[in-house]
Amino acid sequence: MYELTKAEWLALEKKAYALRQLTLQTTVWAGSGHLGGGLSILDLLTVLYHKYLRIKVEDPQWEDRDRFILSKGHAAIAYAPVLCDKGFNPMEMLKTFNLSGSKMGMHLDSNKVVGVDASTGSLGHGASIAAGTALAARLMGKDYLTYIATGDGELGEGSNWEGFMTMNHYKLSNCIVFIDRNHCMIDGPTEEVMQLEPLADKMTAFGFHTLVVDGNNIGALCGAIDEAIARSKEPCAPTCVLMDTKKGAGVKSIEGDYLWHYGAIDDTLFEKFNRELEEDYKARCARAEKEGK
Amino acid sequence: MAGGFVYNAVDQTEISTSEIYGKALADIILRDPKVVAITADLAKSTKLGDVLKVCPERVINVGIAEQDMFGVAAGMAKAGMIPFLSGFSAFTSMRACDQLHTDICYQNVNAKVIATHAGTSFGQAGSTHHAIVDLAITRAMPNLTVIVPADGFETANAVNAAYENFGPYYIRINRGFDRVLYENMDYGFQVGKAVEVHAGTDITVIACGSCVFQAREAANFLDNADGLKVRVLNMHTIKPIDKEAILKAIQDTRRIITVEDHSVIGGLGSAVAEVMAEAGKGCAFKMLGHQDRFAPIGLHEDIMSEVGIDANGIIDAVREVMGKDFELDDDWDDEV
Repeated sequence: MYELTKAEWLALEKKAYALRQLTLQTTVWAGSGHLGGGLSILDLLTVLYHKYLRIKVEDPQWEDRDRFILSKGHAAIAYAPVLCDKGFNPMEMLKTFNLSGSKMGMHLDSNKVVGVDASTGSLGHGASIAAGTALAARLMGKDYLTYIATGDGELGEGSNWEGFMTMNHYKLSNCIVFIDRNHCMIDGPTEEVMQLEPLADKMTAFGFHTLVVDGNNIGALCGAIDEAIARSKEPCAPTCVLMDTKKGAGVKSIEGDYLWHYGAIDDTLFEKFNRELEEDYKARCARAEKEGK
Repeated sequence: MAGGFVYNAVDQTEISTSEIYGKALADIILRDPKVVAITADLAKSTKLGDVLKVCPERVINVGIAEQDMFGVAAGMAKAGMIPFLSGFSAFTSMRACDQLHTDICYQNVNAKVIATHAGTSFGQAGSTHHAIVDLAITRAMPNLTVIVPADGFETANAVNAAYENFGPYYIRINRGFDRVLYENMDYGFQVGKAVEVHAGTDITVIACGSCVFQAREAANFLDNADGLKVRVLNMHTIKPIDKEAILKAIQDTRRIITVEDHSVIGGLGSAVAEVMAEAGKGCAFKMLGHQDRFAPIGLHEDIMSEVGIDANGIIDAVREVMGKDFELDDDWDDEV
């Protein structure tokens, strides 16, 4: 049983389902995309943009807005639909994803796509940028929060750990770190390519208040975010939400398959994946009914 | 000169170039609450002492982590602050190259990089601490303005200009004391505009950083000894390069030598050569600098002598190039 009410949970599931469908559709329009890592993080994107982020669609550069930095920039195939659906950019723009002359490439450019707080894509950059926006909030006396999401394979980049050290040293509890632990990277399972475990212990050793949750369970995810926000009021150890997720979450036939880091879907697969999404959505609603407050 | 910080000739002989940076920044920080200094365990080495005195809360030290320093700066700039990052040139350009490229330049944020210990000015530290490829790296980065001040006065001018103009700047200054080129700050410093520090019509020496003083010394000597009139241009801004001044030098003198404490590949010499080649105007030409090899260990002045970028090296090069004709005939053998 989680704190999230059934009604709110169901509404978020409905939104997540629509955004997953839109992500599949965008992949078709784009010809191919980073589907696996996009779907694994989509529940986080949904709850941030539809429950937590203090943002104004009509004033995207509002200086007191919460920041969100998608360090795993290749998840743009899911992030772009979220931003367009939210109203930051026209939905039509999704049809141009990856196409020549488009404002939307495989990794989003903060100077071209409205609502993007950092141009990412080169892995291992987000943590330091997030530490910077969080430090700036402290120096300027602002109360906005910075949310930052990294991949798990991405943590091989040493620069992440430099950023984590800064977050801890300056007690940037106004910065909340999410790790999309989908257990896969391009060349295989993370533990085969480069061992990450014990990851939660590593984060704790780096000074974080570490919460391990099912990142594809909206109720569990919201519980962790609520706790992180409660801890953000005073400078203290920053919170890391280590999200246990599935690559390709929501599409059963590709879930957990590292080969779906990047791929193309034809009409047949599109229909099949959409049927699987629908099944998944039903199961998620049943879970919300059972575990919601 | 619109900035508030002014210092005098006495200061310049008593305080090092990077201390002048520290003073200039301290003045800016006191005037503008959005300005912040960031360093990677080099607050002392990069002379942030004055900033620490006046505003310690706006000096952020990220420890020995240059990549983090650039990312943090980008985040702060994205949040509306104006970060001045300082670190050794070797590490600001190479250790954090991707962050400089992506977080600072691609995002086109208002961050200023003060790259100290430039060229071989930290000579005894060896090639790990020499920066002879940083201009090649930074010059290629879109949105980045690249400045190599020739002395402390010019450093103060460059820091003020970087503060007053939006966008990423890379300002490359030497360790320790520079030979004093100017008498004060009011010589008409303007980003992207070369300054003539010695008039001449026989040949033009285009120099940057510590080599400008050396070039002027050489010009004075050659005037007395050989009766040669050597034009010396202080090309403090490597990007955007002053094309007009280069084209005028080609037109007026038909002979050009570039001098830099940097590899001849990708730095000032390359920038001048590009302008010259694109203009289609031939010119006798020689590039002085590090000739595609790592520099020896030693005092800065000894390395400059060894590499041939001090006054003696420049004198030799001028005499060599003066001995070669440049003419619009069919004989290519007598041209440089």
